[in-house]
Amino acid sequence: MSHLYLEITKLKKNYGLKPVLRGVNLAIEQGQRMALLGANGAGKTTLLRILAGLAEPDGGQVYIDGLDVVHDAQQVRRLVGFVAHQPYLYDNLTALENLLFFGRMYAVKQRKERATMLLERVGLLKRAHERVSVLSRGQAQRLALARALLHSPRLLVLDEPDTGLDEEGIALLEAILNEHAQDGGTLLFTTHQFEHALQWSDHIALLSGGRMAYTRETRDVEAGSVRQAYQEVLR
Amino acid sequence: MIFLEQTLAILWKDIRCELRSKQTWMGMGMFALLVLVIFNFAFDLRVDNKAAIAPGALWVAFVFASLLGLGRTITAEREKGLMDRLLLCPVDRKAIYLAKLLGNLLFIGVVEVVALPVFAGLFDVPLFGALLPIVLLGTLGVAAIGTLFSAMAAATQARELLLPVLVFPLIVPVVISAVRATGDLMVAAPNQPPWLGLMVAFDVIFLSASMLTFEFVIKE
Repeated sequence: MSHLYLEITKLKKNYGLKPVLRGVNLAIEQGQRMALLGANGAGKTTLLRILAGLAEPDGGQVYIDGLDVVHDAQQVRRLVGFVAHQPYLYDNLTALENLLFFGRMYAVKQRKERATMLLERVGLLKRAHERVSVLSRGQAQRLALARALLHSPRLLVLDEPDTGLDEEGIALLEAILNEHAQDGGTLLFTTHQFEHALQWSDHIALLSGGRMAYTRETRDVEAGSVRQAYQEVLR
Repeated sequence: MIFLEQTLAILWKDIRCELRSKQTWMGMGMFALLVLVIFNFAFDLRVDNKAAIAPGALWVAFVFASLLGLGRTITAEREKGLMDRLLLCPVDRKAIYLAKLLGNLLFIGVVEVVALPVFAGLFDVPLFGALLPIVLLGTLGVAAIGTLFSAMAAATQARELLLPVLVFPLIVPVVISAVRATGDLMVAAPNQPPWLGLMVAFDVIFLSASMLTFEFVIKE
């Protein structure tokens, strides 16, 4: 029997007087991979920030594995791994030091072994002792991906993770997302690349004007139909 | 145990980043020394007015230099999105406050250690052992409030302007106490209220209040 891992009901969020989310409903089962599409300003990042516990909703409920993101925020933070469209790493620390620091924040056991393993997984082991300031944008983004996996999160939330990655980086990202799903992890990501949305997800959702305009199983859609729906909601 | 480990990890990270960038310490240190030099030339120091002027000059240098550093405490991390990344972690917000406070105390303390001998030389005053608790308590009061309000100011656009406007009125009691207590060390027969006790009370109240309110200040 499938287990509803993420449940969003009538979610609302305003910035000042401007409503950004106007009653979003979304449900993701454990092990599902959902791509969230939408134009700039549609509310994708706001939605992900609420899931990650960085912003509080003004209305509605969000449950992750049965836990309320507002009232059980600390427990929820242990379940979620977050990758933003920018790496957000400490430039003056080395790649390894960054992972060890965040490992302490998540109280990860055997931090050094875990950090080293992840650095190897994202192809940065040789640069472990170099400061982040000398890494390229794509390498820093890989390191951010490694950091998100440090505490073995069950829900991986990624905000345009393909930004700044070269072909090799994109392939690595896809492989890691697939591994996460194969291990029973749940995935929610945003992207502006329709091809990535179709390749990496089993469900697609389209957010427009702060509401969920379209949700489908990926196998039922073609790139053209998603693109068409996208153009329609933009009008 | 996790609380302590997380606090020390954030402190370690801040110290390491600062040691490598040297942005805050250098700026604070230079500023404190310049203020002392300017005051030394600006005032006509005589033996009879030294006790009235020198403590004020010392604490103005400490407080202004502290504000330079306090302004960078959280602003730098906010600007780069790193504070959000830290807040994503399941870390007690009090641990973040405590680490930032300890970091500020350390940074200000280093500046004070450099500035005090310069102060003693320029103003021709001996360095008393009794000055240590006054400097510690005064600095703790300034840092406790400054750390909280730097988090508040960091979320605004006019942060450089807002931080002193918010902090100065609140630290008046501890600065007055510190100046008076320092002045008492320079006169033969001080007959003053218990400034140290006042500073202890100030520090306890504002440290507790800051610890409790930091979580709400740092939220979106």
